[in-house]
Amino acid sequence: MTRRSLISIALVALALIATAFLMRLSPMAEGLSRQTDPALLCLTAMALLLTAPWRPRFAAVPTFAASALLTGAALLLLRDADISGAAGAGFWALVGAALVCAGATMTALSDLALTDPRARKLRDIAIPAVFGLMLVMLAELVIRGAGVPSVLLPAPSSVAWRFVHALPMLFEDLVQTFVKGVVIGFVIGNAAGFGAALLVQDRPFFRRGLLPMAGFISSLPIVGIAPIMVMWFGFDWPSKAAVVAIITFFPMFTNAVAGLSGASRIDMDLMHSYAASPSQRLAKLHIPAALPFVFNALKINSTLAFIGAIVAEFFGTPVVGMGFRISIEAARMSMDVVWAEILLAALVGTASYGCLVLLERKLTFWHASQRV
Amino acid sequence: MTNNATPMMNKATPMMSGLPLLTRIRRGAALPLAAMIVALTVLWYAGAVLMNMTLVRDAFEREEVEYTTMELVAGTLDAERPLLPAPHQIVATFIDGVFNYAPNSPRSLVYHSWVTLSAALLGLAMGVATGILLAVLIIHVRVLEKSLLPWIIASQMIPVLAIAPITIVVLGSIGIRGLVPKALISAYLCVFPVVIGMVKGLTSPDRQHRDLMHNWSATPAQVFFKLRWPAAIPYLFASLKVAMAISIVGAVVGELPTGAQAGIGARLLAGSYYGQTIQIWAALLAISIVAAGFVGLVGLIEKSVARRMGAPA
Repeated sequence: MTRRSLISIALVALALIATAFLMRLSPMAEGLSRQTDPALLCLTAMALLLTAPWRPRFAAVPTFAASALLTGAALLLLRDADISGAAGAGFWALVGAALVCAGATMTALSDLALTDPRARKLRDIAIPAVFGLMLVMLAELVIRGAGVPSVLLPAPSSVAWRFVHALPMLFEDLVQTFVKGVVIGFVIGNAAGFGAALLVQDRPFFRRGLLPMAGFISSLPIVGIAPIMVMWFGFDWPSKAAVVAIITFFPMFTNAVAGLSGASRIDMDLMHSYAASPSQRLAKLHIPAALPFVFNALKINSTLAFIGAIVAEFFGTPVVGMGFRISIEAARMSMDVVWAEILLAALVGTASYGCLVLLERKLTFWHASQRV
Repeated sequence: MTNNATPMMNKATPMMSGLPLLTRIRRGAALPLAAMIVALTVLWYAGAVLMNMTLVRDAFEREEVEYTTMELVAGTLDAERPLLPAPHQIVATFIDGVFNYAPNSPRSLVYHSWVTLSAALLGLAMGVATGILLAVLIIHVRVLEKSLLPWIIASQMIPVLAIAPITIVVLGSIGIRGLVPKALISAYLCVFPVVIGMVKGLTSPDRQHRDLMHNWSATPAQVFFKLRWPAAIPYLFASLKVAMAISIVGAVVGELPTGAQAGIGARLLAGSYYGQTIQIWAALLAISIVAAGFVGLVGLIEKSVARRMGAPA
């Protein structure tokens, strides 16, 4: 980032903070003159911003600190009953300044010329982290500053509070929906898909017949099968596992068939000249060659599986489970519980996806997409 | 989903047009496909007989009538609320729902399919527009690629349909009802494949081509419209097919939490409340035909656009 652009960014931020101090008519200025802490934080942030253009290479540090201080100041101001829910222009100027600083941090980070691969990796984590933090903070300040009713959108802090305090209930829901429904169905569906692919892989007649059919079925809204599964397998988790198994079967089947028949001519000739038996050929060539495709299917399925289980819960469920909780609490307008469930689902979903990626790296380290 | 967003190169089927008809039939997929469909239908009938057997037998015994095996089998294929309806029952209900009612009657499947389809198409339009816009921003602003793209990918880890009930309740409480909330769910689902596909497509022109544009001192707008956009078209259509399929799923699921009065999702919900299995299957058949038809339509448009852009026919 050039010094000139840093100077102009700093000037914009400074002007915004100054506006916050000067807006005599808004409740904000009242707040800044009544409370000394936020005012001090703002002044420190201003001082930090002035140092940013001095060393453009390290500009990310002072801009990030300034952004944090300004956010802190805004949060402190929200303690004031006059500001919280009825924030004036001064408050929004402060929020704007914090945003400008966060934007400058991300730009400075992405413009850094790094040679060390580890430093680069760290940077590639840091930028989205700052972005996510910025979004959460922005949501908190906007929701509390403008007094958005919690029925519409609860503040992130109240969701976090609810998340911590409802942990036992969340855990029960997680076991019901994820451990019983999703995981069991996921294992059954993927194993069946892979097994079916193994069966048809050297029977071209079946392969030519089943592949277009499976491709066609994949483009249909299969989740619609959920009410039928609930009728067949009852309200408890087996019906959810059945839906998940059916949904995950088709992507795994099509991908595994593609992978199992994807070995190159040369490799097969090599196997032939080693006089490999059919089972050896399968274990040493075809299955390893299919693994990248299998992992692709597993990753697609990991997102589909959760959807299937939650949708199936709309059609009938015992009084526990994430889909059940979401629909019942949404009807009772307690949105903090709903968002806590979504947060949980996102955490678990990301964690399982992450596990799949790690496993993929361990097992298919030889594949072109895994090599750096 | 990521792999579906890359264009599937048409698997080079060897030039078959010159071969005699019999050879073409023997090498093509039509024969095995027909065999599989016949096998599936036979299996389905067998399944229907087996699964509905106890149901029908109980009914006979309750009424204390004598029955033969033939009557039992005939009963399993003609039950009113079977566990697994036979294909001909589903088709009959489907045809009845499509042709025997006016298209605006709430008993018509055309009406319910249209309610769902209109939400899905509106959502598709919004999602594709947002997706293209985000992709254009991402390839032009480097900070966004580093900050926004990881979050778009992470957003797929949220079971998006979990948001469906909230979206509908929240929007309903600020007075937005009907089509738009469902369309928003579809749009949310569509954005991801479009962004991923378009970022890939818009960055697909290689160094040489960009250098050539530079040599001709092309403006950024010219580079975009004459190089990047045409190069991204195949990727756009691959994403569109995924998005089309997924937007219909979104619209169907969006109809569930509201207990909506109309639409295929509402039909499924009502069918599951009253145990009307045939009605559920007929609704599924209707939405499957709609989904397959529209995905096929996107494929047709893709082919004609590709031909106009000079691809070999």
